[in-house]
Amino acid sequence: MFEILEKARIGPGVHRAVISALEIARAHRPGQFVILRCYDQGERIPLTIADKDSEKGTITLVWQEVGVTTYHFGTMEVGERLQDLCGPLGKPTHIENFGTVVGVGGGIGIAPLYPITKGMMAAGNHVISIIGARTEGLLFMTEEMRKVSHELLISTDDGSYGIHGFVTQVLKDLIDKGTKVDMVVAIGPVPMMKAVANLTRGYNLPTVVSLNPIMVDGTGMCGACRVEVGGKTMFGCVDGPEFDGHLVDFDLLTKRLAMYKGPELIALNRFRETERGCKCSIPGGGA
Amino acid sequence: MLDPRGWRMTEQQEPKKAPRPKIPRQKMPEQSAIERAHNFYEVALGYTNDLALLEASRCLRCKKPYCMKGCPVEIDIPDFIEMIKQGDLIGASWKIKEKNSLPRIAGRVCPQETQCEATCVLNKKGKGEPCAIGRLERFVADWAAQHAADELPELPKPTGHKVAVVGSGPAGLTLAGGLIKKGIAVTVMEALHELGGVLVYGIPEFRLPKAIVKAEIDELRRLGVEFKTNWVVGRVETVDDLLEKHDCVFIGTGAGAPLFLRIPGENLNGVYSANEYLTRSNLMRAYMFPEADTPIAKGRRVVVFGGGNVAMDSARTALRLGAEEVTIVYRRTMAELPARAEETHHAEEEGIKFKLLTAPLEILGNEAGWIVGIRCQEMELGEPDESGRRRPVPVEGKLFDIECDTAIVAIGNAANPLVPSTTKNLETNKWGNIVADLETGKTSRDRIWAGGDIVTGAATVILAMGAGRKAANSVMQTFGVS
Repeated sequence: MFEILEKARIGPGVHRAVISALEIARAHRPGQFVILRCYDQGERIPLTIADKDSEKGTITLVWQEVGVTTYHFGTMEVGERLQDLCGPLGKPTHIENFGTVVGVGGGIGIAPLYPITKGMMAAGNHVISIIGARTEGLLFMTEEMRKVSHELLISTDDGSYGIHGFVTQVLKDLIDKGTKVDMVVAIGPVPMMKAVANLTRGYNLPTVVSLNPIMVDGTGMCGACRVEVGGKTMFGCVDGPEFDGHLVDFDLLTKRLAMYKGPELIALNRFRETERGCKCSIPGGGA
Repeated sequence: MLDPRGWRMTEQQEPKKAPRPKIPRQKMPEQSAIERAHNFYEVALGYTNDLALLEASRCLRCKKPYCMKGCPVEIDIPDFIEMIKQGDLIGASWKIKEKNSLPRIAGRVCPQETQCEATCVLNKKGKGEPCAIGRLERFVADWAAQHAADELPELPKPTGHKVAVVGSGPAGLTLAGGLIKKGIAVTVMEALHELGGVLVYGIPEFRLPKAIVKAEIDELRRLGVEFKTNWVVGRVETVDDLLEKHDCVFIGTGAGAPLFLRIPGENLNGVYSANEYLTRSNLMRAYMFPEADTPIAKGRRVVVFGGGNVAMDSARTALRLGAEEVTIVYRRTMAELPARAEETHHAEEEGIKFKLLTAPLEILGNEAGWIVGIRCQEMELGEPDESGRRRPVPVEGKLFDIECDTAIVAIGNAANPLVPSTTKNLETNKWGNIVADLETGKTSRDRIWAGGDIVTGAATVILAMGAGRKAANSVMQTFGVS
């Protein structure tokens, strides 16, 4: 169970792995996530499922090295097994034929956006995808995204590839051009989702965001993943992970995500001193 | 009394036959409060052989054993105690296990003082103290685990029935133990990565060592119970999916959704539900951080809201994680505190402070989103409410702040909706608890049983075990297995 069948580094500090998980692959719907543990003293972290193959019984995960667990996972190789893999968790994306759906993916958010755009396309929507990253080297899954989008717009903050600018600017231009947009799905770093939500609010465009709060159990038992939506406290794991972007308190989410910054560094430094930890790359460095 | 010529007395007079000396209730050795407040080892150390024999000798072996009526799983208490007296500890252990598959756990966390020991005749007479049934149960079960762990009862031939159990907490494990011993195949599904439910994520190591839970579950596994971890029923498959492959399903998912106070500031960093705090420390072993990867806020000044066992567990965990000051904030007085007397006593001994007749109004935070204190309202007791307890009412104008860097909300749990909401036509009440017959565990749906906190709302481990036992009996009856 949970054997790593394929693994590749697809960007600086970004990995993609195909994992054997028969039941999860069978039950998965777009928008859902898994909770994993790498080893017996490991923490539980949520990762959105980037793809699945229900016939082969595999799921694809894409992650960026940020804390001890994502670094640890990054050092695991084909043939190794995850200690635990639990899912699919969270509510699936509400998919129907809305008309035109714009998917906005920033950085690592491109991975969870992929199955949603795929589902939206299969439901008969006209799908426009806008994906972006800080710089060309941080872009990934562009070819996969092209396959599940009728139109694909790519931007980089530094202009090294595609349109020069933020994804929000690309979205704004698209709307201002008069493109009929019925639904926006935005996944990425919190500032990006916040900016997209602020933009679309002005146009009164329904906008769904997928949140990534800190979680422990992922089944509604602990409440670590509390987020405020429309002034109400919700649990990211069972009420989400997707919420109405216009109602989410992004500032609270940002603060809550920083809760363990100190301990995270301690854990990471300790991991780097282990035999396995020596194998990890330098943050922000090359592959 | 010594006569000045005492030696002569004994020489010359035949002393009158002394009445049988009254043996006092034997105390269980425990770690000193100073020592244990800084470690996660078990507080109570258990009886020695001698202490157990002495305590067992206090049992009067009543013809009408009231103690058994106080036991939710109806253990043959006088019989097992008699076996201790005779030195047959293995026999005593089997006697307990006829009714309770998890005696090492029950012996530690049962509130015996309100159950078997409350109805003990020694207690009823008003004077003496009841026989320490719980401590004896623990002694016997620990002894058996150390000396006869490999011995298993003979199992009957498989009946061919298959039962799915949702949730590996005390209700589900008890049911599994009851059924497997009758030849009924059982598969237990658990959402978390470790088995035991609240026994591993909720109850702290210092009250119930995880190795004990693991050993009890291993015994069920050796008896043939199958376990699946990381298996979220309601997401991976539904109860109806399970019914296609099993003769019936038992739902024992517990009261797993934490309640919050619904006051401003509750989502500040450093504010935890007791579930999260305890899960981090117990299940994820954050107390070993960074040896274990999961962090926890190690508060200097910690406030715990609530007065139940979970509040005591949270407060005592905070202390062991290194807090300088831990305060329990409770709306009523010591007399209404719902925690077990023993837990409150232990907490007090360890230096936990109690701020009574106090209700939190707001959690105060700083710019970075961290808790810095709580604003409180002084309360007084008014008229009794529907629970019979006097309702706390605010004392006008009496507000004050308590400085703190961590707060733990331990005011109870609601039913986790995941399973009820994904099971069609399964009747629930207004709180989201599954409606089930308390004597049989039968729900509104054919072939679905339920028991434990998902039915009753948050209660105790032993009541969940009792529900598991009753449901097991009902399932066996339905299958025609005796």
